[in-house]
Amino acid sequence: MSEFALSQTQETFVMNLGPQHPATHGVLRVKLTMDGEYVVRAEPVLGYIHRMHEKMGENRTWAKFLPNTGRMDYLHALAYNHGHVMAVERAAGIEVPERAEYLRVITTELNRISSHLLWFGAFVLDLGGFTPLLYAFDDREQILDLLEGVTGSRLTYCYYRFGGVYNDVEDDFLVGTKAFISRLRSRLPMYHGLVTKNIILIKRLKDIGPIPPDMVTRYGATGPVARGSGFNFDLRKNEPYSVYPEFDFDIPVYTECDSMARYMVRMDEMEQSMRIIEQAIDKLPEGPVKAKKVPKTLKPPAGDYYCAVEAARGSFGVRIVSDGTNTPYRLKLRSPTYSNLSLFEEASEGMLLADALALMGSLDLVIPEIDR
Amino acid sequence: MLLDTIKKELAAVALSTEEEVSAEDLAATETPETVERAEGEAPAEAPEGKEEEKPRPPIMETDYRAKGFHLDVQVAPDKVVEAAKILYKENFFIEAVTGVDWLKEEEFEVVYDYNNMAELCRVVVRTRVPRSTPQLPTISEVYAGANWHERETHDFFGIEFMGHPDLSPLLLPEDADFHPLLKDYTP
Repeated sequence: MSEFALSQTQETFVMNLGPQHPATHGVLRVKLTMDGEYVVRAEPVLGYIHRMHEKMGENRTWAKFLPNTGRMDYLHALAYNHGHVMAVERAAGIEVPERAEYLRVITTELNRISSHLLWFGAFVLDLGGFTPLLYAFDDREQILDLLEGVTGSRLTYCYYRFGGVYNDVEDDFLVGTKAFISRLRSRLPMYHGLVTKNIILIKRLKDIGPIPPDMVTRYGATGPVARGSGFNFDLRKNEPYSVYPEFDFDIPVYTECDSMARYMVRMDEMEQSMRIIEQAIDKLPEGPVKAKKVPKTLKPPAGDYYCAVEAARGSFGVRIVSDGTNTPYRLKLRSPTYSNLSLFEEASEGMLLADALALMGSLDLVIPEIDR
Repeated sequence: MLLDTIKKELAAVALSTEEEVSAEDLAATETPETVERAEGEAPAEAPEGKEEEKPRPPIMETDYRAKGFHLDVQVAPDKVVEAAKILYKENFFIEAVTGVDWLKEEEFEVVYDYNNMAELCRVVVRTRVPRSTPQLPTISEVYAGANWHERETHDFFGIEFMGHPDLSPLLLPEDADFHPLLKDYTP
């Protein structure tokens, strides 16, 4: 506990933040023990949108679980699609055609940008700035339109299949994506001028909500939270999957450990995602988008398999235990924000409530993914 | 290599076993001086293991491309804390804790997933507890992040982590008295 919280009188009161509160982005409830404006203890209370996806997984075939994956992290649904199909492909030994892998990368990265854009808008909204949200949603809308043309849905995508993707893309998707990238390239400097260099934002984020590297290891935080604390850890580089090794991109890492560092990581990641998409479109090979001979009833050999992808919020892992039948024996879903949020109680001790909310926003929470 | 280091260290806490190292494992292991060979019986018996179905060795390197992890370690339930301490010393972070209900064997398997940020090395630590008395010590004092993972495992399976600060339902309703991931659970 911080010195301040210890030195204060024992007069505390309990306050509920959420489960319906604009700053918690969904149905997260935080039970706050407050000493005036200072947080003595912040205990997240989960489960308001718990749907037991893992049990649902055990009750249906491997393929029928696919739509569920898009309903956990609804902001980066394609990464969750990707994690599940990759895990099952690994278990069943399915090879994916190269064109399908490229399409997966292009769409996942587009989805990552849209996720970061929404986070950007909502985060600045948490801090009291309303306008950037409208700009960010304007850009994000373009991505939703692009992905809608390919996947058929706007938010809870279910585009990947075992051994490939659902359908091939049209040329206008590729043209539209390129146009979008040049548009966002011209918009990002505006965001930086309007928001990043804004003295109010800097005062709200700089040195606020420190997450030391030791805390990252103990809690297993991943994604931009770990990268904002100096860890050069991104599964796209550390555990290269799909066709990521073929692209030239950097992993933004900041060592300041504060909320500003996590903000900067995500802002820089958008630029890197654009680099990946551009290269992928240029290199996009011809060919089929679905593997031939994927059996309708999949029966992966008995055993357990693990597969993880880098989602917008960190590593999303799927642990499969198969008993050789057409349904999983056990399906464990490791969601990144679950671990990232668990450090909030320790990190927010002794902070001002307004600063604690800045810290919470910088964790980029998506509650359906925490509760699963 | 990190994998070799951690393998040597974890061999101290892995289940001791009478059976020898399987031929597959010997093939997968590159270094001739492996710890389990020293612990196991003479390697001359290994070819016999090919014919009859042998239980897996308690610590083995796995085929990463096929399985998705590098090292698979079986420990006794009371050794999970020691294993966690060894992994923490080598800067591993905890990825997840979960259970598997093996109804036929009347056992719960508790699985700990670890990973390392400096060098890719996924380590799986498993232990088995009887279904009738599912108790094992908590590792939340070593890895604070395990707190929620263990609480979730308690929610879903009813596995009790002794010494855990708070095992009240996390994801389930606060008055939940059921464990939905049990194979014999009927709503």
